[in-house]
Amino acid sequence: MGRPGPESPLLVTANYKLSFDALRFQLDTIDAWLLVADTRGVNVWCAAGKGTFSTEEIIHSVQQSQLQELVSHRTLILPQLGATGVAALEVTKGCGFKVQFGPVRTSDLPTFLRNNNQADEAMRSVTFTLKERAELIPVELYFLLQPLVILFLAGVLLSGIGPTIFSASAAWTRGLHLLSGTLVGIGCGTILLPLILPWLPGRQFWVKGLLPGLAGGIACWGIFSGQITTPEGLALLLWITAVSSYLAMNFTGSTPFTSPTGVEHEMRRGIPIQVAATVIGLLLWVAVPFISQP
Amino acid sequence: MQNFRYIDKVATLSLDQETCIGCGNCVTVCPHRIFGVAERKAEIEDQDACMECGACAKNCPVQAISVNPGVGCAAEIIANWINGFVGRKIMSGCC
Ligand code: SF4
Ligand code: SF4
Repeated sequence: MGRPGPESPLLVTANYKLSFDALRFQLDTIDAWLLVADTRGVNVWCAAGKGTFSTEEIIHSVQQSQLQELVSHRTLILPQLGATGVAALEVTKGCGFKVQFGPVRTSDLPTFLRNNNQADEAMRSVTFTLKERAELIPVELYFLLQPLVILFLAGVLLSGIGPTIFSASAAWTRGLHLLSGTLVGIGCGTILLPLILPWLPGRQFWVKGLLPGLAGGIACWGIFSGQITTPEGLALLLWITAVSSYLAMNFTGSTPFTSPTGVEHEMRRGIPIQVAATVIGLLLWVAVPFISQP
Repeated sequence: MQNFRYIDKVATLSLDQETCIGCGNCVTVCPHRIFGVAERKAEIEDQDACMECGACAKNCPVQAISVNPGVGCAAEIIANWINGFVGRKIMSGCC
Protein backbone atom coordinates (compact mmCIF):
# COMPACT_ATOMS: atom_id res chain seq x y z
CA MET A 1 0.00 0.00 0.00
CA GLY A 2 1.71 3.20 -1.08
CA ARG A 3 5.33 3.31 0.07
CA PRO A 4 5.23 2.23 3.68
CA GLY A 5 8.24 2.77 5.91
CA PRO A 6 9.04 1.44 9.37
CA GLU A 7 6.86 4.14 10.93
CA SER A 8 3.79 3.51 8.79
CA PRO A 9 0.60 2.24 10.41
CA LEU A 10 -0.25 -1.44 10.29
CA LEU A 11 -3.80 -2.20 9.27
CA VAL A 12 -5.40 -5.59 9.69
CA THR A 13 -8.26 -6.87 7.56
CA ALA A 14 -9.95 -10.08 6.51
CA ASN A 15 -9.33 -11.75 3.19
CA TYR A 16 -12.91 -11.08 2.13
CA LYS A 17 -12.73 -9.51 -1.29
CA LEU A 18 -14.94 -6.53 -0.51
CA SER A 19 -13.16 -5.65 2.75
CA PHE A 20 -9.83 -5.89 1.06
CA ASP A 21 -10.79 -3.86 -2.00
CA ALA A 22 -12.52 -1.24 0.14
CA LEU A 23 -9.35 -0.80 2.11
CA ARG A 24 -7.18 -0.57 -0.97
CA PHE A 25 -9.51 1.95 -2.52
CA GLN A 26 -9.73 4.16 0.56
CA LEU A 27 -6.06 4.12 1.22
CA ASP A 28 -4.49 4.79 -2.11
CA THR A 29 -3.31 8.13 -0.76
CA ILE A 30 -1.84 6.74 2.43
CA ASP A 31 1.28 4.75 3.14
CA ALA A 32 0.45 1.79 5.30
CA TRP A 33 1.19 -1.86 5.86
CA LEU A 34 -1.64 -4.26 5.39
CA LEU A 35 -1.90 -7.51 7.28
CA VAL A 36 -4.48 -9.83 5.79
CA ALA A 37 -5.86 -12.45 8.17
CA ASP A 38 -7.03 -15.66 6.58
CA THR A 39 -10.76 -15.81 7.19
CA ARG A 40 -11.47 -18.07 4.22
CA GLY A 41 -13.02 -15.31 2.19
CA VAL A 42 -15.54 -14.21 4.80
CA ASN A 43 -15.97 -10.55 5.86
CA VAL A 44 -14.69 -9.22 9.15
CA TRP A 45 -17.96 -9.13 11.03
CA CYS A 46 -19.17 -12.57 10.05
CA ALA A 47 -15.70 -13.99 10.52
CA ALA A 48 -15.40 -12.43 13.98
CA GLY A 49 -18.79 -13.85 14.95
CA LYS A 50 -17.84 -17.27 13.61
CA GLY A 51 -14.43 -17.36 15.21
CA THR A 52 -12.19 -17.17 12.12
CA PHE A 53 -11.20 -13.52 12.64
CA SER A 54 -9.96 -14.41 16.10
CA THR A 55 -7.28 -13.68 18.64
CA GLU A 56 -5.38 -16.79 17.56
CA GLU A 57 -5.64 -15.99 13.85
CA ILE A 58 -4.23 -12.49 14.39
CA ILE A 59 -1.33 -13.76 16.50
CA HIS A 60 -0.63 -16.43 13.92
CA SER A 61 -0.63 -13.94 11.02
CA VAL A 62 1.65 -11.55 12.88
CA GLN A 63 4.14 -14.28 13.62
CA GLN A 64 4.09 -15.64 10.08
CA SER A 65 4.62 -12.30 8.43
CA GLN A 66 7.66 -11.31 10.54
CA LEU A 67 6.22 -7.89 11.10
CA GLN A 68 8.74 -7.13 13.81
CA GLU A 69 11.36 -6.64 11.13
CA LEU A 70 9.23 -4.40 8.92
CA VAL A 71 8.07 -1.82 11.40
CA SER A 72 9.62 -0.01 14.32
CA HIS A 73 6.36 0.45 16.24
CA ARG A 74 4.23 -2.22 17.88
CA THR A 75 0.65 -1.24 17.10
CA LEU A 76 -1.94 -3.05 15.01
CA ILE A 77 -5.06 -1.28 13.84
CA LEU A 78 -8.04 -3.58 13.58
CA PRO A 79 -11.51 -2.83 12.26
CA GLN A 80 -13.75 -2.14 15.24
CA LEU A 81 -16.22 -4.83 14.24
CA GLY A 82 -13.42 -7.37 14.58
CA ALA A 83 -13.63 -6.82 18.35
CA THR A 84 -16.39 -9.40 18.47
CA GLY A 85 -13.83 -12.11 17.87
CA VAL A 86 -10.59 -10.53 19.03
CA ALA A 87 -9.54 -9.92 22.61
CA ALA A 88 -7.08 -7.04 22.30
CA LEU A 89 -5.15 -7.79 25.48
CA GLU A 90 -4.59 -11.41 24.53
CA VAL A 91 -3.16 -10.43 21.15
CA THR A 92 -0.64 -8.28 22.98
CA LYS A 93 0.21 -11.18 25.27
CA GLY A 94 0.52 -13.52 22.31
CA CYS A 95 2.66 -11.51 19.92
CA GLY A 96 3.74 -8.29 21.62
CA PHE A 97 1.72 -5.99 19.38
CA LYS A 98 -0.75 -3.55 20.91
CA VAL A 99 -4.19 -3.57 19.37
CA GLN A 100 -6.13 -0.43 18.57
CA PHE A 101 -9.60 -0.64 17.22
CA GLY A 102 -10.11 1.64 14.26
CA PRO A 103 -13.43 2.95 12.95
CA VAL A 104 -16.32 0.73 11.89
CA ARG A 105 -16.24 1.88 8.27
CA THR A 106 -13.14 1.73 6.12
CA SER A 107 -14.05 5.08 4.58
CA ASP A 108 -13.32 6.76 7.93
CA LEU A 109 -9.81 5.32 8.12
CA PRO A 110 -7.95 8.23 6.52
CA THR A 111 -9.58 10.66 8.97
CA PHE A 112 -8.85 8.29 11.82
CA LEU A 113 -5.17 8.11 10.90
CA ARG A 114 -4.93 11.85 10.39
CA ASN A 115 -6.45 12.51 13.83
CA ASN A 116 -3.78 10.57 15.63
CA ASN A 117 -5.82 7.37 15.69
CA GLN A 118 -8.83 8.95 17.32
CA ALA A 119 -12.30 7.85 16.30
CA ASP A 120 -15.32 9.94 17.19
CA GLU A 121 -18.71 8.59 18.23
CA ALA A 122 -20.07 8.54 14.69
CA MET A 123 -17.10 6.55 13.41
CA ARG A 124 -17.63 4.02 16.18
CA SER A 125 -21.33 3.44 15.55
CA VAL A 126 -22.73 1.10 12.95
CA THR A 127 -25.22 2.52 10.50
CA PHE A 128 -27.79 0.99 8.22
CA THR A 129 -28.44 3.57 5.54
CA LEU A 130 -30.63 3.21 2.50
CA LYS A 131 -27.55 2.59 0.39
CA GLU A 132 -26.24 -0.08 2.76
CA ARG A 133 -29.64 -1.76 2.76
CA ALA A 134 -29.98 -1.61 -1.03
CA GLU A 135 -26.58 -3.24 -1.49
CA LEU A 136 -27.80 -6.28 0.41
CA ILE A 137 -30.68 -6.98 -1.97
CA PRO A 138 -28.74 -8.83 -4.72
CA VAL A 139 -27.05 -11.00 -2.10
CA GLU A 140 -30.38 -11.92 -0.54
CA LEU A 141 -31.91 -12.65 -3.95
CA TYR A 142 -29.02 -14.86 -4.92
CA PHE A 143 -29.64 -17.13 -1.94
CA LEU A 144 -33.26 -17.55 -3.03
CA LEU A 145 -32.56 -18.95 -6.51
CA GLN A 146 -32.34 -22.56 -5.44
CA PRO A 147 -35.42 -22.57 -3.18
CA LEU A 148 -37.29 -20.80 -5.98
CA VAL A 149 -36.74 -23.68 -8.42
CA ILE A 150 -38.05 -26.15 -5.85
CA LEU A 151 -41.03 -23.92 -5.06
CA PHE A 152 -41.80 -23.58 -8.75
CA LEU A 153 -41.87 -27.34 -9.34
CA ALA A 154 -43.95 -27.90 -6.22
CA GLY A 155 -46.28 -25.10 -7.32
CA VAL A 156 -46.85 -26.66 -10.74
CA LEU A 157 -47.60 -30.03 -9.18
CA LEU A 158 -50.03 -28.55 -6.66
CA SER A 159 -51.75 -26.50 -9.34
CA GLY A 160 -52.31 -29.50 -11.59
CA ILE A 161 -54.18 -31.54 -9.00
CA GLY A 162 -57.91 -31.59 -9.78
CA PRO A 163 -60.98 -33.76 -10.31
CA THR A 164 -59.31 -35.37 -13.32
CA ILE A 165 -56.44 -36.35 -11.00
CA PHE A 166 -53.92 -34.25 -12.88
CA SER A 167 -54.47 -31.64 -15.55
CA ALA A 168 -51.47 -30.45 -17.50
CA SER A 169 -53.19 -27.28 -18.71
CA ALA A 170 -54.24 -26.37 -15.18
CA ALA A 171 -50.74 -27.13 -13.98
CA TRP A 172 -49.46 -24.63 -16.50
CA THR A 173 -51.90 -21.73 -16.11
CA ARG A 174 -52.44 -22.05 -12.37
CA GLY A 175 -48.79 -22.89 -11.84
CA LEU A 176 -47.89 -19.59 -13.47
CA HIS A 177 -50.30 -17.71 -11.21
CA LEU A 178 -48.76 -19.33 -8.17
CA LEU A 179 -45.26 -18.62 -9.43
CA SER A 180 -46.14 -14.96 -9.99
CA GLY A 181 -47.50 -14.89 -6.45
CA THR A 182 -44.27 -16.37 -5.12
CA LEU A 183 -42.23 -13.81 -7.04
CA VAL A 184 -44.39 -11.00 -5.68
CA GLY A 185 -43.84 -12.36 -2.16
CA ILE A 186 -40.09 -12.45 -2.72
CA GLY A 187 -40.16 -8.95 -4.16
CA CYS A 188 -42.01 -7.71 -1.07
CA GLY A 189 -39.84 -9.48 1.48
CA THR A 190 -36.46 -9.10 -0.16
CA ILE A 191 -36.56 -5.93 -2.26
CA LEU A 192 -39.30 -3.69 -0.86
CA LEU A 193 -38.75 -4.49 2.81
CA PRO A 194 -35.08 -3.51 3.10
CA LEU A 195 -35.76 -0.25 1.28
CA ILE A 196 -38.64 0.90 3.45
CA LEU A 197 -37.49 -0.82 6.65
CA PRO A 198 -37.35 2.21 8.96
CA TRP A 199 -40.88 3.25 8.09
CA LEU A 200 -42.57 -0.13 8.55
CA PRO A 201 -44.59 -0.52 11.74
CA GLY A 202 -43.51 -3.06 14.35
CA ARG A 203 -40.20 -3.97 15.95
CA GLN A 204 -40.30 -7.63 15.07
CA PHE A 205 -39.33 -8.38 11.51
CA TRP A 206 -42.03 -10.94 10.82
CA VAL A 207 -44.53 -8.19 11.67
CA LYS A 208 -42.71 -5.71 9.44
CA GLY A 209 -42.99 -8.22 6.59
CA LEU A 210 -46.79 -8.49 6.87
CA LEU A 211 -47.65 -5.08 5.46
CA PRO A 212 -45.64 -5.30 2.20
CA GLY A 213 -46.94 -8.87 1.83
CA LEU A 214 -50.58 -7.84 2.21
CA ALA A 215 -50.11 -4.96 -0.24
CA GLY A 216 -48.36 -7.25 -2.73
CA GLY A 217 -51.06 -9.89 -2.31
CA ILE A 218 -53.87 -7.45 -2.95
CA ALA A 219 -52.06 -6.05 -5.99
CA CYS A 220 -51.50 -9.55 -7.35
CA TRP A 221 -55.17 -10.43 -6.78
CA GLY A 222 -56.16 -7.27 -8.62
CA ILE A 223 -53.97 -7.99 -11.63
CA PHE A 224 -55.28 -11.53 -12.02
CA SER A 225 -58.86 -10.62 -11.10
CA GLY A 226 -60.34 -11.75 -14.41
CA GLN A 227 -58.52 -15.07 -14.39
CA ILE A 228 -58.75 -16.39 -10.85
CA THR A 229 -61.61 -17.08 -8.47
CA THR A 230 -62.07 -15.43 -5.09
CA PRO A 231 -60.74 -18.41 -3.09
CA GLU A 232 -57.70 -18.47 -5.37
CA GLY A 233 -57.13 -14.77 -4.80
CA LEU A 234 -57.40 -15.31 -1.07
CA ALA A 235 -54.99 -18.24 -1.28
CA LEU A 236 -52.47 -16.10 -3.16
CA LEU A 237 -52.87 -13.31 -0.61
CA LEU A 238 -52.16 -15.67 2.29
CA TRP A 239 -49.20 -17.25 0.53
CA ILE A 240 -47.61 -13.94 -0.48
CA THR A 241 -48.00 -12.54 3.02
CA ALA A 242 -46.43 -15.66 4.54
CA VAL A 243 -43.50 -15.53 2.10
CA SER A 244 -42.92 -11.83 2.72
CA SER A 245 -43.11 -12.24 6.51
CA TYR A 246 -40.72 -15.20 6.46
CA LEU A 247 -38.18 -13.42 4.25
CA ALA A 248 -38.43 -10.33 6.44
CA MET A 249 -37.57 -12.49 9.41
CA ASN A 250 -34.65 -13.92 7.48
CA PHE A 251 -33.41 -10.40 6.79
CA THR A 252 -32.49 -10.12 10.49
CA GLY A 253 -29.27 -11.92 9.57
CA SER A 254 -28.21 -8.98 7.41
CA THR A 255 -28.98 -6.16 9.79
CA PRO A 256 -26.45 -4.78 12.24
CA PHE A 257 -28.84 -4.33 15.17
CA THR A 258 -30.77 -7.55 15.80
CA SER A 259 -29.78 -9.62 18.82
CA PRO A 260 -29.91 -13.43 18.71
CA THR A 261 -32.16 -13.55 21.77
CA GLY A 262 -34.52 -11.13 20.04
CA VAL A 263 -34.54 -13.07 16.78
CA GLU A 264 -35.34 -16.31 18.57
CA HIS A 265 -38.05 -14.50 20.51
CA GLU A 266 -39.75 -13.28 17.35
CA MET A 267 -39.32 -16.57 15.51
CA ARG A 268 -41.29 -18.37 18.21
CA ARG A 269 -44.17 -16.00 17.45
CA GLY A 270 -43.78 -15.50 13.72
CA ILE A 271 -43.21 -19.02 12.44
CA PRO A 272 -46.51 -20.53 13.67
CA ILE A 273 -48.41 -17.73 11.94
CA GLN A 274 -46.41 -18.07 8.71
CA VAL A 275 -46.95 -21.83 8.69
CA ALA A 276 -50.68 -21.42 9.35
CA ALA A 277 -51.05 -18.88 6.54
CA THR A 278 -49.11 -21.12 4.14
CA VAL A 279 -51.10 -24.25 4.97
CA ILE A 280 -54.48 -22.52 4.71
CA GLY A 281 -53.43 -20.77 1.51
CA LEU A 282 -52.17 -23.92 -0.20
CA LEU A 283 -55.15 -26.02 0.93
CA LEU A 284 -57.45 -23.40 -0.57
CA TRP A 285 -55.39 -23.42 -3.77
CA VAL A 286 -55.62 -27.20 -4.12
CA ALA A 287 -59.30 -27.28 -3.14
CA VAL A 288 -60.46 -24.74 -5.74
CA PRO A 289 -60.70 -27.09 -8.76
CA PHE A 290 -62.86 -29.44 -6.70
CA ILE A 291 -65.31 -26.83 -5.46
CA SER A 292 -65.62 -24.72 -8.59
CA GLN A 293 -66.36 -27.66 -10.92
CA PRO A 294 -70.06 -28.46 -11.40
CA MET B 1 -29.05 4.00 14.51
CA GLN B 2 -31.75 5.95 16.29
CA ASN B 3 -34.40 5.05 13.71
CA PHE B 4 -33.75 1.34 14.09
CA ARG B 5 -34.89 -0.15 17.37
CA TYR B 6 -35.24 -3.85 17.91
CA ILE B 7 -37.28 -5.74 20.50
CA ASP B 8 -37.02 -4.30 24.04
CA LYS B 9 -36.15 -6.19 27.20
CA VAL B 10 -34.64 -9.30 25.64
CA ALA B 11 -30.89 -8.61 25.46
CA THR B 12 -28.84 -10.80 27.83
CA LEU B 13 -26.28 -8.08 28.56
CA SER B 14 -25.29 -7.45 32.18
CA LEU B 15 -22.50 -5.55 33.87
CA ASP B 16 -20.95 -6.13 37.26
CA GLN B 17 -19.89 -2.69 38.44
CA GLU B 18 -18.09 -4.11 41.49
CA THR B 19 -15.58 -5.88 39.24
CA CYS B 20 -15.24 -3.10 36.65
CA ILE B 21 -12.00 -1.14 36.70
CA GLY B 22 -13.18 1.61 34.37
CA CYS B 23 -10.69 0.96 31.58
CA GLY B 24 -13.16 1.99 28.90
CA ASN B 25 -12.53 -0.88 26.48
CA CYS B 26 -16.21 -1.67 26.32
CA VAL B 27 -16.98 1.94 25.41
CA THR B 28 -14.54 1.72 22.50
CA VAL B 29 -15.60 -1.54 20.92
CA CYS B 30 -19.38 -1.42 21.17
CA PRO B 31 -20.89 -0.71 17.73
CA HIS B 32 -24.07 0.57 19.36
CA ARG B 33 -22.49 2.87 21.94
CA ILE B 34 -24.15 1.09 24.84
CA PHE B 35 -21.60 2.00 27.51
CA GLY B 36 -20.31 5.08 29.22
CA VAL B 37 -17.71 5.41 31.95
CA ALA B 38 -18.31 7.76 34.86
CA GLU B 39 -16.21 7.94 38.01
CA ARG B 40 -14.06 4.99 36.95
CA LYS B 41 -17.03 2.68 36.53
CA ALA B 42 -18.72 1.63 33.33
CA GLU B 43 -22.49 1.87 33.05
CA ILE B 44 -25.01 0.54 30.59
CA GLU B 45 -26.72 3.50 29.01
CA ASP B 46 -28.99 1.82 26.52
CA GLN B 47 -29.54 -1.85 27.30
CA ASP B 48 -32.21 -2.39 24.64
CA ALA B 49 -29.98 -1.34 21.75
CA CYS B 50 -27.54 -4.19 22.45
CA MET B 51 -27.27 -6.71 19.62
CA GLU B 52 -25.36 -9.28 21.69
CA CYS B 53 -22.29 -9.27 19.48
CA GLY B 54 -20.07 -9.99 22.47
CA ALA B 55 -17.31 -7.51 21.62
CA CYS B 56 -17.52 -5.78 25.02
CA ALA B 57 -17.31 -8.97 27.07
CA LYS B 58 -14.48 -10.27 24.91
CA ASN B 59 -12.42 -7.12 25.48
CA CYS B 60 -13.09 -6.54 29.16
CA PRO B 61 -9.86 -7.27 31.05
CA VAL B 62 -11.65 -8.29 34.24
CA GLN B 63 -14.70 -10.16 32.91
CA ALA B 64 -17.12 -7.65 34.37
CA ILE B 65 -19.53 -7.99 31.46
CA SER B 66 -21.64 -10.98 30.68
CA VAL B 67 -23.61 -11.43 27.50
CA ASN B 68 -24.78 -14.48 25.63
CA PRO B 69 -23.13 -13.74 22.30
CA GLY B 70 -24.15 -14.84 18.85
CA VAL B 71 -25.33 -13.63 15.49
CA GLY B 72 -28.89 -12.34 15.32
CA CYS B 73 -29.89 -14.21 12.21
CA ALA B 74 -32.92 -16.40 11.60
CA ALA B 75 -31.11 -18.90 9.36
CA GLU B 76 -28.54 -19.41 12.10
CA ILE B 77 -31.20 -20.03 14.72
CA ILE B 78 -33.10 -22.49 12.51
CA ALA B 79 -29.83 -24.33 11.94
CA ASN B 80 -29.22 -24.42 15.70
CA TRP B 81 -32.70 -25.76 16.35
CA ILE B 82 -32.30 -28.51 13.78
CA ASN B 83 -28.78 -29.40 14.89
CA GLY B 84 -29.96 -29.52 18.50
CA PHE B 85 -32.89 -31.71 17.51
CA VAL B 86 -30.88 -34.34 15.62
CA GLY B 87 -27.97 -34.06 18.05
CA ARG B 88 -25.23 -33.26 15.54
CA LYS B 89 -24.25 -30.54 13.13
CA ILE B 90 -26.06 -31.01 9.84
CA MET B 91 -26.78 -27.37 8.98
CA SER B 92 -24.41 -24.43 9.05
CA GLY B 93 -26.75 -21.40 9.06
CA CYS B 94 -25.65 -18.07 7.69
CA CYS B 95 -22.32 -16.52 6.57
S1 SF4 C 1 -22.73 -7.17 23.11
FE1 SF4 C 1 -22.07 -5.84 21.43
S2 SF4 C 1 -23.82 -4.44 21.15
FE2 SF4 C 1 -24.09 -5.39 23.15
S3 SF4 C 1 -23.14 -3.98 24.56
FE3 SF4 C 1 -21.58 -5.50 24.03
S4 SF4 C 1 -20.47 -4.59 22.33
FE4 SF4 C 1 -22.38 -3.44 22.54
S1 SF4 D 1 -14.16 -3.15 29.70
FE1 SF4 D 1 -14.72 -4.05 31.69
S2 SF4 D 1 -13.37 -3.09 33.17
FE2 SF4 D 1 -13.23 -1.88 31.29
S3 SF4 D 1 -14.73 -0.24 31.62
FE3 SF4 D 1 -15.79 -1.87 30.52
S4 SF4 D 1 -16.70 -3.15 32.13
FE4 SF4 D 1 -15.20 -1.86 33.13
